[in-house]
Amino acid sequence: MLRSSLKLAEKIFEKDVEQIPTRQGYGEGLVIAGEKDPNVVVLCADLTESTRSNLFKEKFPSRFVEMGVAEQGMATVAAGMANYGKIPFISSYAAFSPGRNWEQIRTTIALNDVPVKIAGAHAGLTVGPDGATHQMLEDIALMRAMPNMIVVYPCDSVEAKKATVASAANGKPTYIRLAREKTVVITTEATPFKIGKADVFWISKDPQVSIIAAGSLLFEALIAAQELEKTGINVEVVNCHTIKPLDERTIISSVKKTGAVVTVEEHQIIGGLGGAVAELLAKNLPTPQEFIGMPDHFGESGEPDELLRKYHMKSEDIVVAVKKVIVRKNS
Amino acid sequence: MKLDIKELELKANTIREDIIKMLVEAGSGHAAGPLGMADIFTALYFHILNHDPHNPMWEERDRLMLSNGHICPVRYAAMAEAGYFPVSELMTLRKLGSRLQGHPERLRLPGVETTSGPLGSGLAQAAGYAYAAKMDGQKFRVYCITSDGEHQEGNHWEAVMFAAKYNLSNLTMIVDRNNIQIDGYTEDIMPLEPMVEKYKAFNWSVIEIDGHNMQEIIDATGKAKAIFENPTVIIAHTIPGKGVDFMEGDYKWHGNPPGTNIPGEPPKEEQAKIALHELRTLGGKIRSEHE
Repeated sequence: MLRSSLKLAEKIFEKDVEQIPTRQGYGEGLVIAGEKDPNVVVLCADLTESTRSNLFKEKFPSRFVEMGVAEQGMATVAAGMANYGKIPFISSYAAFSPGRNWEQIRTTIALNDVPVKIAGAHAGLTVGPDGATHQMLEDIALMRAMPNMIVVYPCDSVEAKKATVASAANGKPTYIRLAREKTVVITTEATPFKIGKADVFWISKDPQVSIIAAGSLLFEALIAAQELEKTGINVEVVNCHTIKPLDERTIISSVKKTGAVVTVEEHQIIGGLGGAVAELLAKNLPTPQEFIGMPDHFGESGEPDELLRKYHMKSEDIVVAVKKVIVRKNS
Repeated sequence: MKLDIKELELKANTIREDIIKMLVEAGSGHAAGPLGMADIFTALYFHILNHDPHNPMWEERDRLMLSNGHICPVRYAAMAEAGYFPVSELMTLRKLGSRLQGHPERLRLPGVETTSGPLGSGLAQAAGYAYAAKMDGQKFRVYCITSDGEHQEGNHWEAVMFAAKYNLSNLTMIVDRNNIQIDGYTEDIMPLEPMVEKYKAFNWSVIEIDGHNMQEIIDATGKAKAIFENPTVIIAHTIPGKGVDFMEGDYKWHGNPPGTNIPGEPPKEEQAKIALHELRTLGGKIRSEHE
């Protein structure tokens, strides 16, 4: 069952559940961060409305910088601003930032260790009809391989808002992964959030599998947990919104109980959350693991739900993976 | 402490000698660019910049951003001669544990202002810095040294547009126009001319100088301070390898230190000796305390 102490949204499994895109939470978070700290500035590369940077622009026009279609310029200009003492957020689509400007982020932000916040919007398969060029599925791998970089992948708009506000104050280069589509709002203002701290969202007696998820597919994991419970299979679902640094303690503590893992993410299986969890467990607690994610493949045009179905990232796919990993664990 | 023209020329020569010794000790690194930029770095550190070698993070200091990080030996030598750290530390260049990394890193050596090496990203950082400083009404200037070869990078031109859009008059860029890059001469590899017209078309103020003439270097940076309409680029024509006859103007010395086997050049064992001898006697090219 959903863990009541986390004060998650009510009725998340009902039809009229509230749905808001995570990028909206980012935009609202920018305004709060801007109110808290006058050093917060926002840069955007010709995608002001769709990254919801416009909310900040309207409130703080003199602290908003329009870069034009220039993601490399945006990352490096932001690096200079952060070096001076500002806290720049750079907003674009993940396919272009960090997709196009990775080396600039590596050298001038991460190696320089200046607190630029990189917001990669429209990440994942659910960009849908735009097709493979815009369906960024490699960004977590790109960013988590980089020393000094924090990687956060919020599960809903409320968490995205909290991640945005928290990252403004963390003093570190930080990547925030966002999505275009409306998704279920799982958490509330009262739900605890701390960068680097994973939370067990679904608990049950004698759980057999740890489902570790990040981003909006966390909701599919929760549906899967509910379905599995009906068939007598108990699981835990961990919201692992911070992929780097990984909350090793929470993950290991869950896996010690279950002895089996399914990771869930809208990202390439290679190098994403699943990879991060596997690296941790291989060293500390070798455990059978199944991976929900993109199997070394590019996406294509289609409706978001059609794509998630085609590439096996829905709750029923998670159910299959859970059953499979239980067989592996017991064999 | 501002040195006069004569003193600056002598100091530049000392810095060239430092560069040769550092590179020989390191066994790798770039020779031509640092030698070619010795006059400009000397003018900056000993006359132009408002800075305090004993307080490298002094808030009101002028910021000097080096975009083409591979010529850092000249910056390290100028900083050491200016008193940022002991001259003897120059011999640690590129060695394990050294603050003098092969390409400069902000977090390792106070005063280098930023981390650079990958080309085309320095002007944007300087422009971002200048933009932020302008937001806060800061009085200091931001200087950015770029190479000519890195003008082949798209990132650089994104920054050129950005700096012009926001009229960053507190930013002065100095381009080391030495016409060489690793693979050959810039105009053969990927032509950059007409450079002056390009910058004018991008709404920058442009000043061209002889990058080995101390008076011209000082006058041009002074003039740039008085231009309030837009950022200024000083295109400094320099001779790569300046001061060492067998290196001058030859792209083969772009990425190599003295002590490298290059057909048609002096034997590698002799190169450092010849270079230092030339810098001390100079063949009349640069005056020296040893002349």
